[in-house]
Amino acid sequence: MSQYMLFHDQKNCIGCEACVVACKTRQKLPQGPLPTLVVAVGPRWTGDQPRTVFTFMPCFHCEVPWCVAACPTGAMQKRSGDGVVSVDPELCVGCKTCMAACPWGAPQWNPVTGKVVKCDLCKDRIDAGLKPTCATVCVTQCIHFGPPEEMSEIRRERYARTKAEGQFDPE
Amino acid sequence: MDKEVYTQCFMCSIRCPIKVTVENGEVSFIEGNPHVSGMEGSLCPKGAAGKALVDDSQRVQGPMIRTGPRGSGQWRRASWEEALDYVAHRLKTITDQYGGKSVALTERAQLSTHVSKTFLRALGSPNYLSHDALCKGSMNTACRSLFGYTDGQIGMDYSNTRHLVLYGRNIFESIQVKPVRQIVEAMNRGAKLTYIDPRVTVTASKAHRYWMIRPGTDLALNYALMHVIFEERLFDANFLERWVTGLNELRSFVSSYTPEWAAEETGIPAEEIVRFARELGRDKPRVIFHMGYRGAHQVNEIHLRRSILLLNVLMGSVETPGGIFIKKGPGVAGGKPARKLTEQEGLPKPEAPRLDKVGTPEFPLPDPNHGAPQMLPRAVLNQEPYPVKALFAFRFDPLMSMPDTNETKQALEELDLVVSIDIQHSDIAWYSDVVLPESTYLERMDSPQQANSLKPQIFLRQQTLSPRYDTLPGPIILRELARRLGLEQYFPYSSMEELVRWQLEPTGFTLEDFRAKGFLAYTDKQHFWDRESGLAFKTPSGKIECVSSLLEDAGFSSFPPYESPESGESPERFRMVVGRCAQHTHVSTQNNPYLNELVPENTLWINQRAAGELGIKDGDLVRISSDQHSGSIRAKVTEFIHPECVFLLHGFGHESQLAERSFNKGVSDAALMKNVSDPVGGSPGLHETFVTVRPLP
Repeated sequence: MSQYMLFHDQKNCIGCEACVVACKTRQKLPQGPLPTLVVAVGPRWTGDQPRTVFTFMPCFHCEVPWCVAACPTGAMQKRSGDGVVSVDPELCVGCKTCMAACPWGAPQWNPVTGKVVKCDLCKDRIDAGLKPTCATVCVTQCIHFGPPEEMSEIRRERYARTKAEGQFDPE
Repeated sequence: MDKEVYTQCFMCSIRCPIKVTVENGEVSFIEGNPHVSGMEGSLCPKGAAGKALVDDSQRVQGPMIRTGPRGSGQWRRASWEEALDYVAHRLKTITDQYGGKSVALTERAQLSTHVSKTFLRALGSPNYLSHDALCKGSMNTACRSLFGYTDGQIGMDYSNTRHLVLYGRNIFESIQVKPVRQIVEAMNRGAKLTYIDPRVTVTASKAHRYWMIRPGTDLALNYALMHVIFEERLFDANFLERWVTGLNELRSFVSSYTPEWAAEETGIPAEEIVRFARELGRDKPRVIFHMGYRGAHQVNEIHLRRSILLLNVLMGSVETPGGIFIKKGPGVAGGKPARKLTEQEGLPKPEAPRLDKVGTPEFPLPDPNHGAPQMLPRAVLNQEPYPVKALFAFRFDPLMSMPDTNETKQALEELDLVVSIDIQHSDIAWYSDVVLPESTYLERMDSPQQANSLKPQIFLRQQTLSPRYDTLPGPIILRELARRLGLEQYFPYSSMEELVRWQLEPTGFTLEDFRAKGFLAYTDKQHFWDRESGLAFKTPSGKIECVSSLLEDAGFSSFPPYESPESGESPERFRMVVGRCAQHTHVSTQNNPYLNELVPENTLWINQRAAGELGIKDGDLVRISSDQHSGSIRAKVTEFIHPECVFLLHGFGHESQLAERSFNKGVSDAALMKNVSDPVGGSPGLHETFVTVRPLP
């Protein structure tokens, strides 16, 4: 079962990429692979105000991960219990099939090892009861980590609050 | 053996509290100190790239002595013994001939600044020059002119504000972690953000109100806002009555600066200016007109900074929750600060005038604690007021940080000794005679930080790792030099631990007290002064002085008439505006493997209409030229910048070939700039240069 979700609250994201750097630091990666990425689209005018949309792209740890199905060596694995998808470097032969299979481009190429790296939800950290690195260091705390059913409440509650505030405010 | 160390970041100058996890002698993770409210794990991308700095083989690995001409890149590695003997010997020869005052030290102020100042004073030199003046000298002077406090003694209570107004303070890209978190949280609770900048930044894209102002006209906007505030009595009358002098003069000065006039000048519609003033009037006193971070744009910078502060004053948002406040020291809770080497009895106080003439009738008002480093090249070249022959550049790069790199290089040629104390292969290191490598912030202990605020605290940078290369902490390097010059009596320590223990003596805290969390609090309660009776302004009148005795006594007007800034004249001529991104600090991180990967070079933002007229398309390589320098750079053609200016990121175009990733990437803004200054406030005018932009054939 996919037990966890990284929920990115775009409203509060400033696109600083602290998550990107912290992830690379933890995985001790060379220049090149970016297991998490923040993509900025914009600015564009929305009415008379400029807006930029930042999208956080880690691995989504699919319930049915195509990368796992595609991997010929069994290196790409979905962990039983919590559904974390990660790659075992001992078994990875660098065939890149997972990179081709993933609809989100999550598996990344490490040119130094000739193997794939990816977001593993910092499974050692979550096993120790900690949050993944990206959610830990996020400057605005816009990356939330937890069970998917709790994540949806963040946006739902804020929407309700904002709507309610509008009704109290005479303007 | 795994361990966790609570210490302080130093990827930029903010010194955020961090927790570092070490496994097998290596950093495995860095996060914001979870014990510090408002940090709780958060860290910016630069802080997150700390391990990449420590592990980088492209930093200075040991002392180096130049063997070829300056800038030739010919070096030999030396032992510390040899390098220090060499520097001490050369320094002795220079001071014997020209006196102690012929030595200058430029520095990005830091925790051990008191050691640098002690070193200079022991040598007999008044010439301590800090980066602060380049960044915000005029802001410092503006704050003193009104409140009697420096900018460093004034804080902002973002958490409780209803409306934050930022003048080009691109806080979501030039990040301070705690304030950013506080602002985002305040906005989530309904606080409003107004952002004013000729360029659309990330901060603009998060604001409730963004104004693309005509470059250099923020002062006109502010005079019009004050005009409306007086006209419509939107001010905090009780506060003004009790604490402010010179209001009649201010009111009469702004009476001709109407919103309609400002609309012509700034491009912001008059009715929007009026609506904005009314909105602020409703939200007062929980409003913050942010005084700025860098205050070094125009040569009349002090008046822009004063106008921003005056808006806070009119709103009564001084020493109140959600406004600006005077930072409180340990004394407010009956505590004592750590002592500094500069407090030692008998330490000489050099009497020669400063080389930048700060504190003399020619340049009376800038803060002599920081000086005006941009005056160094001309002082050296003209030997005026006296010959300067030796330069120490301590974690500060005069070549890339000060306007007009070519002139700075010419000045270096006149020096008999140039020494860099640096972690990086910076450009100044490349042009130095000797490079003395400092250990990184994770590899050294540092002097304690007195963090004054509403709740004063004290922080300590604790050593996390053993130095990876042959490096030393700065205060040890300076002590070793002083010892060789027979000045060791002013340096009563032989290790950082001894220095810190000496400093902590009056506080009643011990080094061991910092182990658990990296900091100690003097009090757990916020200290605001009483707004009826307790505001202790340090001006001669004890009040906020709109007509400033500091300025007037020095012969400057508090309210000189507004002068409209120059426009470009021809279609290919633009005002050059510079700034930052979230991934880099000044000139020091461009070679960091991870940060370089994210932002490897700068581009030239140019308005699409203006670019269209010049036949420049997005992504084209263009020639950017000023009277000082020219270079080629990729154009970023966009409608999100005002047509009168172009923008580029600061800190690119490095010359040091030993920093291979950043070498020759992008164009250096400092090289293009002309070196002009605000004669009153002391900042250089970093936005006073016009450049021509042409397509490359």
